[in-house]
Amino acid sequence: MIASVPLEHSLLAAAVLFALGLVGVLVRRNTVFVLMSIEIMLNAAGLAFVAAGARWGQPDGQIMFILILSMAAAEVSVGLALAFQFYRHFKSLDLDAGRTMRDWHV
Amino acid sequence: MCDLLWLIPAAPLVGFLILIVLGSRIARTAVSVIGVGSVGISAVTAILVGVDVIGGTPPGDAFSLLMWQWMNVAGFSAEATLYLDGLSLVMMLVVTIVGFLIHLFSVGYMADDEAFSRFFAYMNLFVSSMLILVLSDNLLFLYLGWEGVGLCSYLLIGFWYREPDNVAAANKAFIVTRIGDTAMAIGLFLLFYSFDTLNIQAILAAAPQQWQPGATTAVLAAALLLGGALGKSAQLPLQTWLPDAMAGPTPVSALIHAATMVTAGVYLIARTHVLFELAPQVQFAVAVIGVLTVLVAGCSALVQSDIKKALAYSTISQIGYMFLALGIGAWSAAIFHLATHACFKSLLFLGAGAVMLSNHHEQNMFKLGGLRSRMPVTFVTFLVGALSLAALPLVTGGFYSKDLILWYAWASPVSTWWIWAGGLVGALITGVYALRMVFLTFFGEAKGHFTGRPGLVMQIPLIILAVLSVLIGFVQTPHSLGNIELFSDLLRNVFPAPAEVSATLSTEALMQIIAGLACLAGIAIAYIFFLRSPRWSSAVAENPQGALLHRFWFMGWGFDRLYDRTLVRPFVFVARINRRDVVDVVVTCIALTTEAFHRALSLGQTGKIRHYAVGMAIGAIITIGIAVLL
Repeated sequence: MIASVPLEHSLLAAAVLFALGLVGVLVRRNTVFVLMSIEIMLNAAGLAFVAAGARWGQPDGQIMFILILSMAAAEVSVGLALAFQFYRHFKSLDLDAGRTMRDWHV
Repeated sequence: MCDLLWLIPAAPLVGFLILIVLGSRIARTAVSVIGVGSVGISAVTAILVGVDVIGGTPPGDAFSLLMWQWMNVAGFSAEATLYLDGLSLVMMLVVTIVGFLIHLFSVGYMADDEAFSRFFAYMNLFVSSMLILVLSDNLLFLYLGWEGVGLCSYLLIGFWYREPDNVAAANKAFIVTRIGDTAMAIGLFLLFYSFDTLNIQAILAAAPQQWQPGATTAVLAAALLLGGALGKSAQLPLQTWLPDAMAGPTPVSALIHAATMVTAGVYLIARTHVLFELAPQVQFAVAVIGVLTVLVAGCSALVQSDIKKALAYSTISQIGYMFLALGIGAWSAAIFHLATHACFKSLLFLGAGAVMLSNHHEQNMFKLGGLRSRMPVTFVTFLVGALSLAALPLVTGGFYSKDLILWYAWASPVSTWWIWAGGLVGALITGVYALRMVFLTFFGEAKGHFTGRPGLVMQIPLIILAVLSVLIGFVQTPHSLGNIELFSDLLRNVFPAPAEVSATLSTEALMQIIAGLACLAGIAIAYIFFLRSPRWSSAVAENPQGALLHRFWFMGWGFDRLYDRTLVRPFVFVARINRRDVVDVVVTCIALTTEAFHRALSLGQTGKIRHYAVGMAIGAIITIGIAVLL
């Protein structure tokens, strides 16, 4: 059933997802959307792992996906906490508002 | 009794430790008891050991005492071993006895000084270092004492460190002797390289087998050791530190000049005499340096107005006699003169100290005078010392030792006539300046501000030293005068027998008469020019050429100025140029480049997180691209 999906297709889907995520990170200014885009990129990587694992008949791909999943959960908790603090500080979710944090002394 | 040998350097060392740690908290009486007592213990032990050795069978046999293994690394071992033979016995007795008397004198002299305990601490360390130097059986342990002596001279010359001049004098003494010490250290490396050991006796035994007389290495080793000796003993051309060293308290000058420090160079050459015999050129150079120093320093001593400076130049001159004797192979004569010189020179310095203390620290002899009746004990003892320095025939110790040196200078096959003549002229000059000091200070009209006689604690050492200065002469008399050879008997096992002298008794007597006449002539000149008609001496000094010569000699033949122009100023000049650290430019350039790059990169810090993400993405793409393409 799964084996009927060719590897190239799933990898292509993963690449497209990754590109979408990357573009989202690069162009969005809203913190929440940037975090979501990062999730998409992580999922793209997970998809590539699962597809590769299915292609070689190995469980490693799925193990890696579980790892990515748990890492993503951790990342979200930290990311949301950051977003929360960011908002409290800048009264905005616009990431560019944070550029006042750069080192002006240089 | 010889087993107690370790106590001799250890007692002053313990005294030093106690005084430096507790000195400021204990009473002055306790400080003087510890300071003088520790050296006293050394002196008593040294005398007991000396009696034991001299009375033992066979007399003058060498004895060594291993204290502990100092280090043992990769085939190199050095032991802290004391070695006692005739030579170190003589040195040990001189250092401890004269040192003890100087310490005793210091109790009175330094009584009002606020740093009383610091003074005695340094003095004890000084004596201890010198004892380590003379008793050591290997050159490394000797070098420890050698440097200890150098350190203590620095500390004591700059004892009154609040005066910038004193500090400058201390620095000068340390730096000038350091030049010699460096040469000596290289000499030690060379000896270790050649013999794989620093044990003195082993080196002396191996050297004649390994080296031909006049071999390059032998010459080099002897010359380097000579360099060390020149610095410590203040001989030409490294003599300039000694006159300035008068900045220290007077007992320090007495200790430096008589018992410790300047005699170290003489001892070193005598101790390693085999090396110098294997390098005849260097040995001859020792004699030439000696005779030059006798004359140069003697002339400077003639014109000094400061009593301590005059004594300082006279020390340089007298050490010159010892070098002269070493250079012509008259080893025991050199050591004999060292012993007599230690007695009368410490006596003279302590006498000068007593004079200064009683006259508001007035050192200028022309502002003193007429002290004969005011300070009779000091006068008589100082006169004995001065006559001994001048070598008054028959009755003084200085005569017998100096006469012995002059006799060898005449009779020894390695000597030349002009070395003898130089020594003889030096004897004449010695007579003049020694009695000049006495006449200017103690005779004539009473000048100066007299504040009272020195106390008993200062008079007793003066009296003892005066007696010693006379008596010590009679342990070694020439063939024509009884032929007593107690002193050279003691050193018989240490030094080779002097070359056979084929001279008749009448020649020797004639030489003694000539030497005696030179001394008497010097005394007579001093009497005429400085006591009977001082107008004559001032007439000479006011004559243009005379004034020029006077100034030239007064400044010690311009050596200080020469060194200042040729060495000190160029050095200071280079230092000033290099104040901004020329060498550091390379390092600074590296730092500046890094900083420039850092500034360029920091321009990319916009604060917009998306720009950073773009950077990361581009970086990742480039990295992956490279990985794929390669």
